[in-house]
Amino acid sequence: MTIPGLTVLWVLPVLGAVVVALLPADRPRMARSVAVGFATGTLAVSVALAVAFDTGGDRYQFVEDHSWIAAFGARYTLGLDGLGLVLVLLTTVLTPLLLIAGWHDGSRVADHGSRRSPHTYTALILVVESMVIVSFLSLDVLLFYIFFEAMLIPMYFLIGGFGGVERTRAAVKFLLYNLFGGLVMLAAVIGLYVVTARAGSPFDGGTFDLRTIADAAAAGGLGVDSAVLNALFLGFMFAFAIKAPLWPFHTWLPDAAVQSTPATAVLMMSVVDKVGTFAMLRFCLELFPGSSQTFAPWIITLAVIGIVYGAILAIGQTDMMRLIAYTSISHFGFIILGIFAMTGQSQAGATLYMVNHGISTAALFLIAGFLVSRRGSRAIADYGGVQKVAPVLAGTFLISGLATLSLPGLAPFISEFLVLIGTFGRYGVAAIVATGALVLSAIYILWLYQRVMTGPVRVGNDKISDLVPRELVVVVPLLALLIVFGVYPKPALDVITPAVQSTIVDSSGGQ
Amino acid sequence: MSILWLLPALPAFGAAVLLLGGRRCNSWGHLVATAAAVASFVVAALVFVSMLGRDESSRALGQSLFRWVPVDQLQVDFGLRADQLSICFVLLITGVGSLIHVYSIGYMSHDPGRRRFFAYLNLFLAAMLLLVLADNFLGLYLGWEGVGLASYLLIGFWQHKPSAASAARKAFVVNRVGDIGLAIALMIMFVNFGSVQYDVVFAGIGAAGESVATAMALMLLLAACGKSAQVPLQSWLGDAMEGPTPVSALIHAATMVTAGVYLIVRSGPVFEASPVARAATVTVGAITLLFGAVIGCAKDDIKKALAASTMSQIGYMVLAAGLGPSGYPFAIALLLSHGFFKAGLFLGAGSVMHAMNDETDMRRFGGLRAAMPITFATFGLGFLAIIGVPPFSGFFAKDPIIEVAFAAGGAEGVVLGCVTLLGAGLTAFYMTRVMLMTFFGPKRWAAQAHPHEAPPTMTAPMIVLAIGSVAVGAFLTVGGRLETWLEPVVGSAHEEHTIPAWVVTVAVLVVVLAGASVAYRKYIAHEVPETPPENVSGLTRAARVDLYGDAVNEAVFMRPGQKLTRTLVLADTAGIDAVVDGVGRSIGGVSTRSRRLQTGFVRSYALAMFAGAVLVVLMVVVL
Repeated sequence: MTIPGLTVLWVLPVLGAVVVALLPADRPRMARSVAVGFATGTLAVSVALAVAFDTGGDRYQFVEDHSWIAAFGARYTLGLDGLGLVLVLLTTVLTPLLLIAGWHDGSRVADHGSRRSPHTYTALILVVESMVIVSFLSLDVLLFYIFFEAMLIPMYFLIGGFGGVERTRAAVKFLLYNLFGGLVMLAAVIGLYVVTARAGSPFDGGTFDLRTIADAAAAGGLGVDSAVLNALFLGFMFAFAIKAPLWPFHTWLPDAAVQSTPATAVLMMSVVDKVGTFAMLRFCLELFPGSSQTFAPWIITLAVIGIVYGAILAIGQTDMMRLIAYTSISHFGFIILGIFAMTGQSQAGATLYMVNHGISTAALFLIAGFLVSRRGSRAIADYGGVQKVAPVLAGTFLISGLATLSLPGLAPFISEFLVLIGTFGRYGVAAIVATGALVLSAIYILWLYQRVMTGPVRVGNDKISDLVPRELVVVVPLLALLIVFGVYPKPALDVITPAVQSTIVDSSGGQ
Repeated sequence: MSILWLLPALPAFGAAVLLLGGRRCNSWGHLVATAAAVASFVVAALVFVSMLGRDESSRALGQSLFRWVPVDQLQVDFGLRADQLSICFVLLITGVGSLIHVYSIGYMSHDPGRRRFFAYLNLFLAAMLLLVLADNFLGLYLGWEGVGLASYLLIGFWQHKPSAASAARKAFVVNRVGDIGLAIALMIMFVNFGSVQYDVVFAGIGAAGESVATAMALMLLLAACGKSAQVPLQSWLGDAMEGPTPVSALIHAATMVTAGVYLIVRSGPVFEASPVARAATVTVGAITLLFGAVIGCAKDDIKKALAASTMSQIGYMVLAAGLGPSGYPFAIALLLSHGFFKAGLFLGAGSVMHAMNDETDMRRFGGLRAAMPITFATFGLGFLAIIGVPPFSGFFAKDPIIEVAFAAGGAEGVVLGCVTLLGAGLTAFYMTRVMLMTFFGPKRWAAQAHPHEAPPTMTAPMIVLAIGSVAVGAFLTVGGRLETWLEPVVGSAHEEHTIPAWVVTVAVLVVVLAGASVAYRKYIAHEVPETPPENVSGLTRAARVDLYGDAVNEAVFMRPGQKLTRTLVLADTAGIDAVVDGVGRSIGGVSTRSRRLQTGFVRSYALAMFAGAVLVVLMVVVL
């Protein structure tokens, strides 16, 4: 009997969540340790899968396929390709680090009030991890949709239950936005089923099978009018554009990022939001190749606006965490630009960008969070001269910041370069406007660094202590990854490139 | 196995040890860094000697370290290549770099951040060596931004000074504007040639058409303007003098700022394919050489005067590089000689500052030659070199550029020739002014100043650089030595000079003498007031504020940018966001109690959704 590796991968964190929830309320330390243990176990499983993954082999590997809801033709189908693999690894690497970074989250009465809150907090993070993993593995549209939507619930409680004063409002905004996107997508999912189920379709009966529908779409279309497909495409795209988020659907992100705990915010920006960009590549492009091409110029326009807009807004922020949130909006613009420019370099770059942005934002946001936890203020104006009192904190913050501004030698540069170089041949103006981010990112990062870290030590900052070992355990692996993938991105690119190639071949077919 | 990789690896290793080692290596870190610099100079010398041993067609040495960015047709290797052009830079970088490491041992001996300083210096060497050794434009880009980072870190080395932190950020941001050019040039290359490899790009440029070459060359020129502080991206260099003086000598005089000249000469085939781009390059060089020289005439801060001079001298190099193969060898000859004499001048300035409690205002100097004889002698040799008095370096390096400028022919030749000639006169004026105000005349020192000669770790590098100031120019140009050496890489063009060489030489000497004597009349025959005089010409006033460089940037970019930012920040919260918030409120109830209602509503909604999902799953399982 072969081990169903992919099922193990997503069940393990759920199991961890259940175990943590059952632990006695007066053992918060144990709850956290058990959670880290399960997250590390999940990491180990994902690494084992990565080792077993054959880069020259089938596109989808370790496939599991079981009947699920026979009445709708929905199946429990999981499979791992290069895209899924790098994003699963991002998720499994970050989760244990986030649990360690948020070690004290939920322990203060002000945060939640319940004695069980450390248990709830860590369990919720594990549940989110599990749902994200299913989203990356699912080869069934309905299965994907359910987990894509269900993810909102633990995220809602994470944002609304733990964090800043205004967290409830932020959580509501998060939920309303995403729920709305999800409802539109639900209509499109049903519509897709109707298209596959109707008489005269190339399928024998309705189906949600991604590979079957994608093959048919690539081979010559689903046998319906392109207007229908366009509508369905927009339904999917709308939900993903909110999740990613694409300008102008971004306004929930800064609030949610600022109000939640740093670990939750990073979970959201680095991991959960990647499901949106991943799904554009996986579902929009593969199910609706023709519509994707039709709408590409529009989406690229929005993406480029987002790149510049996010960067300018970041420059104008006075709140450190909000500033970083806006940098993410700019970076999501790059990812979406790369996806819809539809060249080998741009899409490989976009995929690598998802991973690199995940790591660099995690590092930057968590270190900023460590700083905020010492001083109790997010306002940039309250800081100054931190470099003098906490040099390691300042140094690691600078390296993460340099990664965020895509300095060559650090990982995000490679992905940004690939997106730009791949986009230029098809959308020259878009690529040239996007290079404006080179200057804007330098301004927002270095000005932030200057105001917070340099100058004379400001009153109230003289007691700020340097990073403690627990925090270094979080920061050092992230920085190491940024440097290693900056100098030697080949292992990641070797996995991503074949997967992206099949997306391009698929999406170049007509309708 | 080639030893090329050791060149950047040794200083990179030094930087890593010093940065990761922390306080443990405070006491010996600077020695490790200096050893790394010297070791990479030794490697450079070995590579050079082995090159000399081969015939000229097989001198270049390549080494591919690993596959760097492989995606489809784009296959970029992490490759190094030492040829006749790059080895000139490698020797300059590691040679002057080692001297400045030694000098810094003395200069930074009392600074609590000494270990960090040496780590950054090593980081700079590694990045700069990558820049000149890369065999493709992406590798060059890595080094290009790497030196930008090192420059940022070193300008802002004294982070507690807000002026230093601002200057560092300004340098990085302005350089990033230039880097846009390099990024776009890379994109154009990939689209047209499917590669960013030097040899592929240069081989294909002829067939790609003039418009492609023009676009690419203009973008490369933009990048060069940023890194080499050429107009219109010149504004950062003066502020960069906030960094410790050894940094100004190494990065902001001898090596990094000349990277733009390297880029243009390296990309020679691209520029040669586009007359427009060459004209633009020559224009940028001509404007900057006057721009810098005029600013240099009005500065009282010794470092800022030297910085303006650097800008002007690089203007000469860019102008020469823009003239094509006939100018390349002289651009490089001036670059190498300038590396020696300008580094020497800066180290001399550092020695003066060291002796005068970090005073930089030349109006507070005067009569220092007796107190600091070695500094005076070495600075003096650098001075003679830069103003172009025979037989010193500057004469042999700059004179041919003026000749080539006149030889450009027609009206262009006359204009360029006159500009370079005028620049020579201005150079003589402002450098004589620096020399006289610092070392001659009566003492104008502050009461607590007790100038003394620097320790040997500082004077020894100054002496070596002074010897270079004397000899390098003649060594490189007499008999066309550098021209012959570079020919396999950059080509050659022997143009008939319309004006005999001796006429140009005489004209230059007359102009130089005129410039120097005006300075003598103003600063020796008359007393130097301790505060800058107010009743001066409009040009002097403009030159004191860098010919309004910052004012223009503020009016054109900064203020409108700030306004746009404020507007967008306001729009973001008042526009789209307000609509969504409004929807949220209208679902949850009205105004005052809205938050609680809203919360209660959504939370129960989420729970209901969760319960529903569980129910559906159960039903599915049961069915």
